[in-house]
Amino acid sequence: MLFESKNIVKRYAAHTALDGVSIAVPEQSIFGLLGPNGAGKTTLIRIINQIIGPDEGELFFEGRKLQPTDIYRIGYLPEERGLYKKMKVGEQAIYLSQLKGLSRADAIRELKIWFEKFDIGDWWDKKVEELSKGMQQKIQFIVTIIHKPKLLIFDEPFSGFDPINVHLLKQEILNLKNEGASIIFSTHNMASVEEICDHISLINQSKTILEGEVESIKNRFKDNIYEVEWLGDKEKMKSNLPVFLNILDQGHSNGSNKTKFQIEKGSKPNDLMKFLMKDYDVLGLKEILPSMDEIFIQSVNASSK
Amino acid sequence: MSKISLIIQREYLTRVKKRSFILLTFLGPLLMASIWIIPIYLSGFSEEAKVISVLDETGVFLDKFEGDENLQFVEAVPQLKAAKENLNKLDNYALLYIPKPDLHVPNTAILYSKNQASLDVKNYIKGVMKKEIEAQKLALHGIDPETLLSIKTNVFISSIKVDDSGNEEKNSTEISMAVGMFSSILIYFFIFLFGAQVMRGVIEEKTSRIIEVVISSVKPFQLMMGKILGIALVGFTQFMLWVLLTSTLVFGFQYAYQDELKAFQKGQIIETSQGLFPDAPVETIMDETADTQQQDENIGFFIDALLAIDYPVILGAFLFYFLGGYLLYAALFAAVGSAVDSEADTHQFMMPITIPLILSIVMAQFIITNPHGSVAFWMSMFPLTSPIIMMIRIPFGVPYWQILTSGLLLIIGFIFTTWVAAKIYRTGILMYGKKVNYRELWKWLFYKT
Repeated sequence: MLFESKNIVKRYAAHTALDGVSIAVPEQSIFGLLGPNGAGKTTLIRIINQIIGPDEGELFFEGRKLQPTDIYRIGYLPEERGLYKKMKVGEQAIYLSQLKGLSRADAIRELKIWFEKFDIGDWWDKKVEELSKGMQQKIQFIVTIIHKPKLLIFDEPFSGFDPINVHLLKQEILNLKNEGASIIFSTHNMASVEEICDHISLINQSKTILEGEVESIKNRFKDNIYEVEWLGDKEKMKSNLPVFLNILDQGHSNGSNKTKFQIEKGSKPNDLMKFLMKDYDVLGLKEILPSMDEIFIQSVNASSK
Repeated sequence: MSKISLIIQREYLTRVKKRSFILLTFLGPLLMASIWIIPIYLSGFSEEAKVISVLDETGVFLDKFEGDENLQFVEAVPQLKAAKENLNKLDNYALLYIPKPDLHVPNTAILYSKNQASLDVKNYIKGVMKKEIEAQKLALHGIDPETLLSIKTNVFISSIKVDDSGNEEKNSTEISMAVGMFSSILIYFFIFLFGAQVMRGVIEEKTSRIIEVVISSVKPFQLMMGKILGIALVGFTQFMLWVLLTSTLVFGFQYAYQDELKAFQKGQIIETSQGLFPDAPVETIMDETADTQQQDENIGFFIDALLAIDYPVILGAFLFYFLGGYLLYAALFAAVGSAVDSEADTHQFMMPITIPLILSIVMAQFIITNPHGSVAFWMSMFPLTSPIIMMIRIPFGVPYWQILTSGLLLIIGFIFTTWVAAKIYRTGILMYGKKVNYRELWKWLFYKT
């Protein structure tokens, strides 16, 4: 594990922000930190960045206890982010890179490379206030990763980007992972979680309510729903429906039926096939796994009760 | 390079590169130098002489008005009516009408003028008439003017400070007052001006939301101290540039207009001695200045007193209280900035900071008249008021143990406010959209890191 937190507790005067939260981020992976607003994600992220300290619990980086100097190996893009408005872009990027431990010369060299890559070399001498929000986000992204951190923390990285730049950013995040970095990725955008995350942890009301690999979580939440494409009379099929099957959705496309069946516990997809193949032509069958959106809503609702 | 020096560097460079800083740096000395130069420059212009026609029915005063290069007196036509008409016709400055008195001593005059007659002119006429009337009265009582002059005595008190080892030192209360007041007003402005800059800097970082990026790389305390020290350097730079540029301007001017200056300085000394002895009647001072020996004594004393100021102590104390006062207050300003979301919300927290400052500068006027009283003593010990109050007292001579105690208390006060401010700051900078009150701030002091 590149990073681990064990039983983190953080209490404020009126409420407990984190109540025994543990996460484990493997090497070279993307870790989704999910949860509704106010669940405690930002508090956890701030603890990882050593902006605030936990009341209880331990933090480990590369297997040993997290050190103050580890901040040079962590890159953090906060959700609430901004730049000095009156400062020039280049100067500011150099300053922020130097704060992350780069020498001035190294900072300039690395920044020039990234500015070229993002096609924003012309902005170097502009003041930040002259740039659009999206442009500022690009600069923030660059200064987050400029010191080649081992662990990256992105809090809602895609907010404020247009679809083209969201795509560009996703590519860069995947590149960073391939080059050896691990990424903690906090977002409400479940589509992007499914797309890029390997592991997730779902926090609600200061506690972890769900964690694991994305694929295994999906399997855990599957409801034995199958979509079948077939030819034949829908009404006749419905009237013969055996008790272990429920029809969730009836669709039609290109002359064939598309029906979603839920199979009651105890029965198997084979039973569904047997039933259909007896009278109809089956063109295809696939299992429908729940989306992360559904898992999110279902888990949060269940734990909030 | 260490983090804190990086932060100091940024805070410093972004500020001194600002147009407003550059503008203020050059305008300040121009303004200060011009306060000094313009009167001299203007006095160099020879004004058109004012002509005053005199209608003297008593016949006593007419030839007593001697006038000078700026003021000429001429005899008016005998009738008042005709003389008034002539005032417009001849474009004279004024008509002085001295009617024949009912009693035997004339003591009234009327000055007709197109514009409000200037005070200088009035005073001049008054002086001449008074002198003449008094001379007449003396004659009436059979007193010889020479006798009177020999009776007239000027009492002049030189204050000489004697220290424990018996060394004597001439000093001047007036100069001590001026030095004390000037340095404490400087400290007052510096604290307000640059303390507010610290606060605005913190609010800027908070509202622009860069704060979280920065404190993921440095400790909040480093950021706060870096900002306070960086801005202190900005203030110091501005101050030094002002001193440098102002003295360049003034000395440059002095060199270029040496002759005009000499003439002016003569006049200045009279004014200065007038300023130093405001209770003395104008007449006396005029007499004094006529008496060159007395004048030389005055100047000699003035210079002695200037030389007697303990410059190393005053300068050292000034720098210490200047810096100490700023650091103490800047930390509090930073804490206020961190607790609010915008400058508009700062008022409720600014009160306790500004009250001791304003109180000190108000009390300064009283303390300057009694610099060794108990109010002066305690206010010069209390760290929130000592930077301003002690600077007022020091030119009058303060025992070293008091300076040291006050200095030590200021250092302790600075450490304490910085400690408090750091606690509030590190919580405040991450707090958005919450109306903070004093109870909340109190709680922040006890949050664990």
